[in-house]
Amino acid sequence: MTLVQILSRKKYKIRLNLFAFFGSKGEDSGKSELAYEDIEEKGWLGEYRIYDLIFTKGVSMESIIEQFINGLRSGSIYALIALGYTMVYGIAKMINFAHGDIIMVGAYVLYVSITDFKMPVIAAVIFTIAICALLGIFIEKVAYKPLRKAPPLAVLITAIGVSYLLQSVAQLIFTANSITFKSIINLEAVHIGGITIPGITIVTLVVTSVCMIALTLFINKTKMGSAMRAVSEDKAAAQLMGINVNRTISVTFAIGSALAAVAGIMFICQFQSIKPTLGALPGIKAFVAAVLGGIGSVPGAMLGGVLLGVIESLSKAYLSTELSDAIVFGVLVIVLLVKPSGLLGKNRIEKV
Amino acid sequence: MVIYMGKNMSRKAQSIFTLSNLIKLVAIIAIYLVIMAVMEGDFATRHFKSLLVPIGINIILAVSLNITTGFLGELSLGHAGFMAIGAYSGALFTIFAENHTGLPAPLAFLLGIIIGGIMAAIFGVVIGIPVLRLKGDYLAIVTLAFGEIVRAIINFLGVTGGAKGLNGIPRYTNYKWTYAMVIITIILLSNFVKSRHGRVISSIRDNAIASESIGIKVSNYKIMAFVIAAFFAGVAGVLFGSNLSILKPGNFDYNKSIEILVIVVLGGMGSIKGSVIAAIVLTLLPEFLRGASNYRMLLYALALIIIMLFNSSEIRQRLEDSGKLPRLPKLKARVK
Repeated sequence: MTLVQILSRKKYKIRLNLFAFFGSKGEDSGKSELAYEDIEEKGWLGEYRIYDLIFTKGVSMESIIEQFINGLRSGSIYALIALGYTMVYGIAKMINFAHGDIIMVGAYVLYVSITDFKMPVIAAVIFTIAICALLGIFIEKVAYKPLRKAPPLAVLITAIGVSYLLQSVAQLIFTANSITFKSIINLEAVHIGGITIPGITIVTLVVTSVCMIALTLFINKTKMGSAMRAVSEDKAAAQLMGINVNRTISVTFAIGSALAAVAGIMFICQFQSIKPTLGALPGIKAFVAAVLGGIGSVPGAMLGGVLLGVIESLSKAYLSTELSDAIVFGVLVIVLLVKPSGLLGKNRIEKV
Repeated sequence: MVIYMGKNMSRKAQSIFTLSNLIKLVAIIAIYLVIMAVMEGDFATRHFKSLLVPIGINIILAVSLNITTGFLGELSLGHAGFMAIGAYSGALFTIFAENHTGLPAPLAFLLGIIIGGIMAAIFGVVIGIPVLRLKGDYLAIVTLAFGEIVRAIINFLGVTGGAKGLNGIPRYTNYKWTYAMVIITIILLSNFVKSRHGRVISSIRDNAIASESIGIKVSNYKIMAFVIAAFFAGVAGVLFGSNLSILKPGNFDYNKSIEILVIVVLGGMGSIKGSVIAAIVLTLLPEFLRGASNYRMLLYALALIIIMLFNSSEIRQRLEDSGKLPRLPKLKARVK
């Protein structure tokens, strides 16, 4: 019997006694101190029995496909954010730690423009993207441009400062409490066979694919795109060839931030809650995705993002919610040990 | 290279009882007396007194991170991970010692500190291995990943109390322990960076290829730097856990690592003195800004940006040249 046959049986359950070794489900003891006898009863993994996590969830082919599509959805959001990281890295050779917070700004701008300004959805989305792009340019001009000749760490710390600044401004305006937000995308879920695909997932996949195709065309086919590639190859030589380096860098930040805004919109339509620290975790994961694909490489960021999303979704569903982050980061470490410059890192020609 | 070869050969075996060492000893005792007067006396508020231990912990963390980031020149974003390993292993040991052995409290705590440090150092070796293959930003992201993996695993395991946290850690940390550990850390690490091994590590930062070509085993020294930094981060972690009496995985997220990195960079890469001063200032700064309540984080962020912009600006250069500003340590270390 092949693995697919095993997996395609509905609700196939295996219980291995071997895994009982890891212990039984522990009660919430609520004791103020940890008794060592308890560990022997509960096992070192405490509340979780590995076999519960893996084998009683019922692995069917449909659920695997559903989780895979979920992974594609979150992965494509990560990819959009990772594109911003990788483009900025390629051009300015800096890790823009504030990039994750642009997502948060995008989320709040969309919220304000819909609930307070009563804008129509399309206008609100365009407004959000425009504001984020302008914010990206503004941050670059004020905080990063004066440091272009400074050591990379000075720029990194400044970027961290900008990230704190955006978070604290959001906290001052909207308080630290999370705001519920009603999704602007109301599309019926689609059923194919036994698989259910939520409307939001379809919209996200379409939007992110369009963004990525448009970006690839922009980089490879337009004059500005070739200017960006030139600046990332050699800033001084690009300047000698008559390319306006400052404008190119501004455009890069604008595009990166606009993509982050799109990611932010997709993100809050999915999770329907906004808080000032919302951008931090997707930001870090997208950064990991960018490195996984090879930082500086545009197709690498897309691949890294999608891969990371799928791994995360599958491990969340079938292994452990708590360990999913550890698995994602573990995959990154292993990939980097095998390919030290990321999956597509050596592809210098397509670097932006 | 010249310094590295020459100093070692010309230096004679000196007695450790030199004048400068005696002055340092007197200074250490004097600072201790001042701290004791502040802590035991009535001049300071309780709130201020409670800040002394965190300041000491931040000093240990910053000085140890300076070994990897300042002296070795590799950006490390996972220092909180080492701190977490030290904190949890030290805490588990002290809980165990208190309940199941008759060890006197100071001895149990000392053992806990050593165990915490050693456990963190073992993981320093683990993280040291990717260091051999990776460079620059890739290494930075691996250290970040390491910190997050440690946090996720602590969150998952039963023995660490999971997300609810580990309660009932005996409160052994006080200003005396912290002060002693800070002094030991500073003395050991400042002597280490001046030692033969320490100078080798700095030479790797300045030019790895040149160092390798004169027969330095770059990989060994890189691991050594990570292990030493991890050990002291672990020690700081034990002090941290025993100070709070409760540990949560959330205490050790990447924001904590970044907080330590900010201290190191603002204090000056490769400057132990700078790390100490920056740790004191940056731990106190948010407290002084407490009056501004809601604007506290905003002001902190603005201060961070303005300091970095000012540091690299021409204004600073001009002020220093005209003698209006003392020459401050510069970001000279190159992080590739």
